[in-house]
Amino acid sequence: MLEIKNLYAKIEGREILKGINLSVAAGEVHAIMGPNGSGKSTLSQVLAGRESYEVSGSVLFNGTDLLSLAPEDRASAGVFLAFQYPVEIPGVGNLYFLRTAFNAIRKRRGEEEMDAIDFLALAKERMKLVEMDPSFMSRSVNEGFSGGEKKRNEIFQMAILEPTLAILDETDSGLDIDALKIVANGVNALRRKDRAMLVITHYQRLLDYIVPDRVHVLAHGKIVRSGGKELAVELEKSGYAEFI
Amino acid sequence: MSTVQAEVSELVGREYKYGFVTDLEMDTAPRGLSEDVVRLISSKKNEPEWLLAWRLKAYRHWLTMSEPQWQNVKFPPIDYQDIIYYAAPKPKKALNSLDEVDPEMRAMFNKLGISLAEQERLSGVAVDAVVDSVSVATTFKDKLAKVGVIFCSFSEAVKTHPELIQKYLGSVVPYTDNRHATLNSAVFSDGSFCFIPKGVRCPMELSTYFRINAADTGQFERTLIVAEEGATVSYLEGCTAPMRDKNQLHAAVVELIALEGASIKYSTVQNWYPGDAQGRGGIFNFVTKRGKCAGANSKISWTQVETGSAITWKYPSVILQGDNSVGEFYSVALTANYQQADTGTKMIHIGKNTKSTIISKGISAGHGQNTYRGLVKIGKGASGARNYTQCDSLLLGSQCGAHTFPYMEVKNKTAQVEHEASTSKIDEEQLFYCRQRGIKAEDAVSMIVNGFCREVFKELPMEFAVEAQKLLSVSLEGCVG
Repeated sequence: MLEIKNLYAKIEGREILKGINLSVAAGEVHAIMGPNGSGKSTLSQVLAGRESYEVSGSVLFNGTDLLSLAPEDRASAGVFLAFQYPVEIPGVGNLYFLRTAFNAIRKRRGEEEMDAIDFLALAKERMKLVEMDPSFMSRSVNEGFSGGEKKRNEIFQMAILEPTLAILDETDSGLDIDALKIVANGVNALRRKDRAMLVITHYQRLLDYIVPDRVHVLAHGKIVRSGGKELAVELEKSGYAEFI
Repeated sequence: MSTVQAEVSELVGREYKYGFVTDLEMDTAPRGLSEDVVRLISSKKNEPEWLLAWRLKAYRHWLTMSEPQWQNVKFPPIDYQDIIYYAAPKPKKALNSLDEVDPEMRAMFNKLGISLAEQERLSGVAVDAVVDSVSVATTFKDKLAKVGVIFCSFSEAVKTHPELIQKYLGSVVPYTDNRHATLNSAVFSDGSFCFIPKGVRCPMELSTYFRINAADTGQFERTLIVAEEGATVSYLEGCTAPMRDKNQLHAAVVELIALEGASIKYSTVQNWYPGDAQGRGGIFNFVTKRGKCAGANSKISWTQVETGSAITWKYPSVILQGDNSVGEFYSVALTANYQQADTGTKMIHIGKNTKSTIISKGISAGHGQNTYRGLVKIGKGASGARNYTQCDSLLLGSQCGAHTFPYMEVKNKTAQVEHEASTSKIDEEQLFYCRQRGIKAEDAVSMIVNGFCREVFKELPMEFAVEAQKLLSVSLEGCVG
C-alpha cells in the first residue's frame, strides 16, 4: 500500500530525512520509534504534504505518486495525520469543521455530500469510540481542549474520515494512563484489513496497547533497525544510546 | 507564511462587484462649497427657513474648524472646493408607486441585488433607496403607517413632520461636533427618517440602501431614528459605490434616540468602493454615528461589518443617560490592499447601572492598516456601571498592521471596566491542519476568518449575516501579495 523509497527532506538547508526506505502493506501497523530529533515528525509531515520541506525520493501510495499531490488531495486519497499538536481554530465549530472536511473529501471523490442531520448521527455514533462527550461538537475546534481531549478529537476525526493510511504522530504524548487507554482502544477499533497505520512514538508504552506488526528505529534521518514487536521492548530496556 | 500568502494572492483578480456606473440624468450643484451652495441645496429641497438657518450656522462654524489630525490614517488634504455637494437623479415625474421608478434606476438596484419591487413583495424588509444625494424610493410605507411607524426620506420628513425633525435634529450629534459632522450639517441632502411611536414593535426590518453613482460628488446623508417609550426597531444599512480612480468623500451623520424602555438595533454592512490593489481611488468614509439612551432601561446596539472604503473613520457611540440603559458595539473591520480603518466606539456612562459591551474584530491583509480606537467613560453619577471590551486582531501576511487604542476614564469607584485584547495570525499550522483534513486552502482561510468574526456575525439579522460572510470571503480574495 505504501512504498517509500530513498526519501530525503530538507528544511532551511538542513537535511532531516536522509534516505528513508519503508514499505507498509494494507492491514499492517508499523511503529516508528527513535530519539528526539531523529526525524519522526518530519516523516509524518512530509507524508501528509507539509510544504515547508524540500523533498526528494519517491512515495507510492496505492500506486499513486503521493509527493505530487497537494495536502487536501492526499486527504482525499485516504491519508490522515493525527497531529502531535492539534491546532486550535477559534469560532469554527468542531462538528461544522469536520462536516466541511468530510464533504470536501467526498466531493473530490465524486461522491454525494452528506447533509447535516445524517452527519450528526454518524458523528454521535463514532464519538463513542473515544468516549467523547457530545458537548464537544458545538465547541470550537480544539479551543480550550485539554491535551488529552485534543488527542481524542484527532482519533475521533480519523474515525469519521476513515482513511486508508493513518499516521499517528506521538498520539501518546501528554496523555495520562486512562486517556492513553481510551485513545488506544479507539485506534484498535479502527484497525482493518484494508487500512494501514504508521504509529510514531518515543516510548514503548503506547505499543503495549496498540500492538504493531513491525517496529522501525529512526535515527539521524534513516531507518537503522527494523524488527517485530519485541524490538520495542528491547528498546525500552536499552534506550536509544546505541543509535545516537 | 508562504502558503497563506500564495493561497490568498492566487485569488487576485476578483473585481469589486459593485463598481459599475449607471447612466442617469443628473441635476447637480456647481462644484465647490460656499454659502450659495448651502442655500442652493436648501432651496432645491424647498426647505423651511429654520432648517436653512441651521445649515448656515453649521457652514459658518465649519469655516472655523480644522481637519482632525489624531486618527491613525494617512491621506492627502481634501480639496473641499473640488467636490460637488449635490447630485440628484432627475425624476421623470413625481412618484406615486414603485412601478414608476425610472427603469434605469430599477435596473441599477437589480444589479446590486436589491430588487425594489421584489423586496416589497417577498422579503418583508422595508427599503429606503438613496442614490447620490436623494432618496429615490421607500417601500412598505403604507403598511408601516398603519401601526404608526414613520419611515421615509429625510427630505419628506422635513415637510410632513417638521416638529419631530426640529425636536431631534442635532440633539445627539450637534452641528459643532466635529468637522465632518459639521460639514454634513451644512450640506446634507437626504437620508432616512424613522419614528417608532410609543409601545410599538416595528413589524419588519427597516433598511436604507445607499449608492454613490455620480463622479466627483460627496455623499452627505443623515439618518435620524427615534424610538419612543417601549418601542423596538431593527434597522439595516448597506452601501456601495462605482470604481473611480479619484477618492470620493462620504460624510454621513446618524443619530439614534431611544426613550424609556425603547430598543434600537442598528446594523451596517459597509461596502463602499475600497480603491484598487495599488490604493488608487476609493471612498473616504468619515462618518459620525451616535445614539442616546435617553430614557431608563433603553438599549442601543450597533453592529457593523466594514469591508469597503479606502479610509474608514467612524465610532458608532452610545450615550447611556437613562438608568439601567444598555449600549452595545459589535464590529468587524477588514482592511486589505491599501485600505485604512480607524474605527471603534465611545460608551459614555452617565446613568446608574448602565452597561456596555464592545466586541471588535479587526482583520488586516495586504498593506491594510486597522486601528481600534475606543473610549469608555464612566461619569461621577454612574454608580454600578459596567463595561466589557474585547478587541481582537487577525493579521494575514507580514505587511499589514493592527493597532489598538483603548481609552478609559472612570470617575465612579463602583464601576467595573474590563478590557481584553489579542492579536493573532492565520499561520501555516492552521492552514495545513485544515488542508490535511481535506479542506482546500481558500476555503480554509475563509473558514478561519469567519470563525474569528463569529461573535459579531451572530448579532446580525439572518439575511445580513449570510451577506456579510460572503462579502468577507470576496474581500479577502487577493488581499495578500
